[in-house]
Amino acid sequence: MATAAAHKAYGTEEEHAGTAAYERAFDAAVAADGRIEPRDWMPDAYRATLVRQMAQHAHSEIIGMQPEANWITRAPSLRRKAILMAKVQDEAGHGLYLYSAAETLGTSREELLDKLHSGRQKYSSIFNYPTLTWADVGAIGWLVDGAAITNQVPLCRCSYGPYARAMVRICKEESFHQRQGYELLLALSRGTPEQHAMAQDAVDRWWWPSLMMFGPPDDESAHSAQSMTWKIKRHSNDDLRQRFVDICVPQAESLGLTLPDPDLKWNEERGHYDFGPIDWTEFKEVLKGNGPCNEQRLTQRRKAHEEGAWVREAAAAYAAKHSDDTKAEQA
Amino acid sequence: MTTTVPTAAALALGDDALVLSHRLGEWAGHAPVLEEEVALANIALDLLGQARVLLSTVGDEDELAYLREERAFRNLQLVEQPNGDFAHTIVRQLYFSAYQHLLYSQLAAGDGPFAGLAAKAVKEVAYHRDHAGQWTLRLGDGTDASHERMVRACTALWRFTGEMFQPVDGLDVDWAGMDTAWLESVEAVLRRATLPLPEGPRSGAWSAGAGRQGVHTEPFGRMLAEMQHLHRSHPGASW
Repeated sequence: MATAAAHKAYGTEEEHAGTAAYERAFDAAVAADGRIEPRDWMPDAYRATLVRQMAQHAHSEIIGMQPEANWITRAPSLRRKAILMAKVQDEAGHGLYLYSAAETLGTSREELLDKLHSGRQKYSSIFNYPTLTWADVGAIGWLVDGAAITNQVPLCRCSYGPYARAMVRICKEESFHQRQGYELLLALSRGTPEQHAMAQDAVDRWWWPSLMMFGPPDDESAHSAQSMTWKIKRHSNDDLRQRFVDICVPQAESLGLTLPDPDLKWNEERGHYDFGPIDWTEFKEVLKGNGPCNEQRLTQRRKAHEEGAWVREAAAAYAAKHSDDTKAEQA
Repeated sequence: MTTTVPTAAALALGDDALVLSHRLGEWAGHAPVLEEEVALANIALDLLGQARVLLSTVGDEDELAYLREERAFRNLQLVEQPNGDFAHTIVRQLYFSAYQHLLYSQLAAGDGPFAGLAAKAVKEVAYHRDHAGQWTLRLGDGTDASHERMVRACTALWRFTGEMFQPVDGLDVDWAGMDTAWLESVEAVLRRATLPLPEGPRSGAWSAGAGRQGVHTEPFGRMLAEMQHLHRSHPGASW
């Protein structure tokens, strides 16, 4: 909060010409691929865009814990259980970095969580799909984390310093998760016929939702153009989606699994794989709240938060008492 | 070290770690604050690591974890108790980590078959004990509501604490001395947290034989049903 207030006060005290000079400096820094840091002047809309995007990213990490945590207690071997627990823990850690990075823009974690719980901020729609079998844990790792990395690697060069630095660490861990997911699916694909079928079924269900993770087509993407200018975003939705498809097709072949798209074929001329049309009606429905698990995910999140209120209150009360003790000792 | 590993002891220690790890894993996505998602998972992972080493010394870790029946498990009844609210989970951690720290310290100091594992694990457990101790202070000396919850949790789990000090075959430690030290250390934390030491008995007819002899409490069967279901549904498959 203090940072935002300080920026405001600083800005309003300046002449109009002064603000324009700040704006020119900001634009020049961004154009030169420089980094904007928390204490630098930045346009209000830039700040708001970053808060929206980083919050949505942080929320996705903590909501994304749910579909995978769904399988921790049923993981079929102790090795897999350890990998899955570590992965879900990493996601909590990513949530922590991202909420902290968002705090550098003058917002608090409480404020952002409140917006998540009241539906005013979103999280990635992919987590509104259910994890129905053990193979879904592998499909999420391979496809969902794979798509996330494709989206997120360019963010390591994002113009806002704290976000870019958080993403460097997050991408390293995500790429580990992606390989673990691939390896899980490979074990199933090469396992018993039942295990192979389980893996294929999971890939069939997660493929299209994963392609939707790149957002609407470029001509319908609301925030894309401005974010590209600000270098928060580096590549268009459709370019990233194509890059992801091109990576996945040979990987699916190595896995011995098929992707559920009859139109998928190599296009020599384009140097890319062509793929079939995406069902944007489904995408919009899930975004509106009508996906298979929207209600369930948000309800569980609110429940955990509400049931934990007494714990947070106790910690705050203890800290307050403790600080009084310290003051009394010093007096 | 060429000493053969005593099976009963490896199962007792391994099952404690396996079962408590599982219970802590149930918190994922439900913790009261994000930092605790990380902390509880961390403790669960430490315990799972210990369990895997211990079980592997006496057999195949997955066969032991997934294919034994309830009566063949040798864990303490304390660790299988359902998570309850955060206070119950913290008190279970407080009681168990104090015990595990004393036990592993003694094992690490000796030259028995568990000395190596214990020397590594005792460092992890020192953190678990500290985590539980810090939360006991905050919750016991936090608000009236948190204090009440802690009193209830301390009392509810108290009757499972006597079992910890029944000697286990193959573990050469001073059980009576550990019991005294445990009581002192737990009492000291509770006192600082303004919590009374529970008054009830620490063991009794309900625990006849108890977990170390394969007699468990009702919630344990359900826990195992969930844990073992997928593995058992695909006999012979590898994962």
